[in-house]
Amino acid sequence: MENNNQDIAEIKPVSGMAAFSLKELWLYRDLLYFLVWRDIKVRYKQTVIGGAWAVIQPFFAMVVFSLFFGRLARIPSDNIPYPIFAFAALVPWTYFANSLSLATNSLVEHRAVITKIYFPRIILPLSSVLGGLVDFSIAFIVLIGMMFFYGIALSPLIWFVPLLTLLLIITVFSVSLWLSALNVEYRDVRYAVGFLIQLWLFASPVAYPASLVPQKWRFLYGLNPMAGVIEGFRSILLMAKAPDFGMLLVSSLVVLLVFISGIVYFQRVEESFADVV
Amino acid sequence: MNKTAIEIKNLSKRYRLGERLPYKTLRDALGNFMSSAIKSNKKAEEFIWALDDISLTVDKAEAVGVIGRNGAGKTTLLKILSRITRPTKGLARVSGRVRSLLEIGTGFHSELTGRENIFLNGALLGMRKSEIESKFKEIVSFSEIEKFLDTPVKHYSSGMYMRLAFAVAAHLEPEILLVDEVLAVGDASFQKKCLGKMDDVTRGGRTVLFVSHNMAAINRLCRKVIWLDEGKVKMFGPTQEVVSSYLAFGEEFEGQRRWVDEPSSPGNDNIRLRSVRLLDVNQQPVSSVDAANPFFVEIEYKILNPVSGVQVGFWLISAQGIVVFVSGDKEDVEWADKTRQPGIYKSACKIPGLLLNSGMYSLTIASDVFNNEAIFVKEGALSFQVEQTRLPAHSSTRPAGIICPFLEWHITKTE
Repeated sequence: MENNNQDIAEIKPVSGMAAFSLKELWLYRDLLYFLVWRDIKVRYKQTVIGGAWAVIQPFFAMVVFSLFFGRLARIPSDNIPYPIFAFAALVPWTYFANSLSLATNSLVEHRAVITKIYFPRIILPLSSVLGGLVDFSIAFIVLIGMMFFYGIALSPLIWFVPLLTLLLIITVFSVSLWLSALNVEYRDVRYAVGFLIQLWLFASPVAYPASLVPQKWRFLYGLNPMAGVIEGFRSILLMAKAPDFGMLLVSSLVVLLVFISGIVYFQRVEESFADVV
Repeated sequence: MNKTAIEIKNLSKRYRLGERLPYKTLRDALGNFMSSAIKSNKKAEEFIWALDDISLTVDKAEAVGVIGRNGAGKTTLLKILSRITRPTKGLARVSGRVRSLLEIGTGFHSELTGRENIFLNGALLGMRKSEIESKFKEIVSFSEIEKFLDTPVKHYSSGMYMRLAFAVAAHLEPEILLVDEVLAVGDASFQKKCLGKMDDVTRGGRTVLFVSHNMAAINRLCRKVIWLDEGKVKMFGPTQEVVSSYLAFGEEFEGQRRWVDEPSSPGNDNIRLRSVRLLDVNQQPVSSVDAANPFFVEIEYKILNPVSGVQVGFWLISAQGIVVFVSGDKEDVEWADKTRQPGIYKSACKIPGLLLNSGMYSLTIASDVFNNEAIFVKEGALSFQVEQTRLPAHSSTRPAGIICPFLEWHITKTE
């Protein structure tokens, strides 16, 4: 054996205070890669139209929203044609909703693996969240195509999109840390999640513009991180306007809080997953 | 240099009885909170100690067998050492990279091809991508599935599936390897190959903990053996010593089970069960049988006082807990009405070939006064594996159904 000074690992009872080990996550990076790759591969193998689903879902939501909210309810859309107004929000929203429900179930679904093999469990929700990015990218390309169709030029602010996307990813991941871990212990979380996402949709400026919310409440509105993200996407892409930084700042702080508490909670319960799941 | 690979100190693991409680729901949690606020109606929960205050050390490059009957804590020990679950008390120190094989083929995805599953399963077992790539050829040739490498594994026969799964697992190269009963797969020639591979692994300077019911394999692979009984270390020492004490203790092993202490063995003052054995067509004891050939269930019992109108028999139960059939020795018309004088008797039942499907089965041994009053019922007296070597035509996977009889068909063209 070449390395004489091997790490000695101590295995102790559940302490609830395990430190989050980035080093360990790094050691298992290939597993993360293969899990993401598997999810994408299986999804595209098992479905007839594969990648088209990435577009169909937000597209039909856009049609329905345009009809009922745009045409019938005449919800304002900041002077942007309602279909593209809705679609620009539905692209990040669809990613959020799909990844969140997948990630919530990720630990329970991998019950067989969790009880048989050790690896940092955090990889499971993380791989669900990252796997959704392929669909997100396809839908985003369609969004750019639609912008050309509606004659909306690409704004020089587009470099801001990756940053917003990062905030979006961290938002989904942070919330799924909580929900996936809770779901292991409380199986009705998975049903609650469907409902939660529905409510969250109406609490986010998807069908309506954030400008509908009075300026003085806008700050509070930012407590919903998806409000900051979605409004950011819209103002950059459709209005060539810098996003509302105040709202984004609030959103980012909220996400940071959910992220840190999520990591702590996840670590606390991770040690007993195999006994409970 | 420290020569200890695994150091275990006062390790204990407690499970709630039934191991897995029904899942909690939020409503329950809220309900409990409310009711405990009003009055504390906490029921005394029942626990079992799967491991009870275990202390031992395993040196580097040592291959150690772990034996004991089902529920003795063998798998729990491996699960704790591989960090799948945490101990309730105590401490374990492991030095070096630990990998465990509690089951082969964990995480295989039926939609993915053999090639894809090699990578996925390898990564799950803790291999790096580069490591899998460098061993890819070896894995494929070991598994003997070259031709089907790009076929989704859902089209594999159970034998091919197992071979591929074992091949990936066999190419793990950690410093410490923990192996649960995984050699009991595939046909005889593949088992031999697996055992050979395990031989290489244990000789390659690795520390191996090897759980098995297969005493021949334990004898061959391990220099030392830990015997666990009800969560405690009953014995830990050189293989020969421990294995022979274990067998003398009359526990279940390799297709037979004996009961030695008369007062505690199943039965009453007239009849006592002595042993149950599984025999192949050549009357050799076996732990797994080939579904294509007949085999025998042999029950040995002692008659202490003359009895008549009594039968012994068994219930054959599938892995899903379904009673496949029940049969008793009153079918032997020569003996049915005779009085059995004191002595030792053997009742053997021939189970025809081409009847059972592949899978695990267990035997409940029972005796009664001709379908009336039960004298004893020994559940799970013996369990065994049925291997399917001959599959129905045009079928590559395990056929559905509890049994898999060979039936005659005739096709006639009528018009």
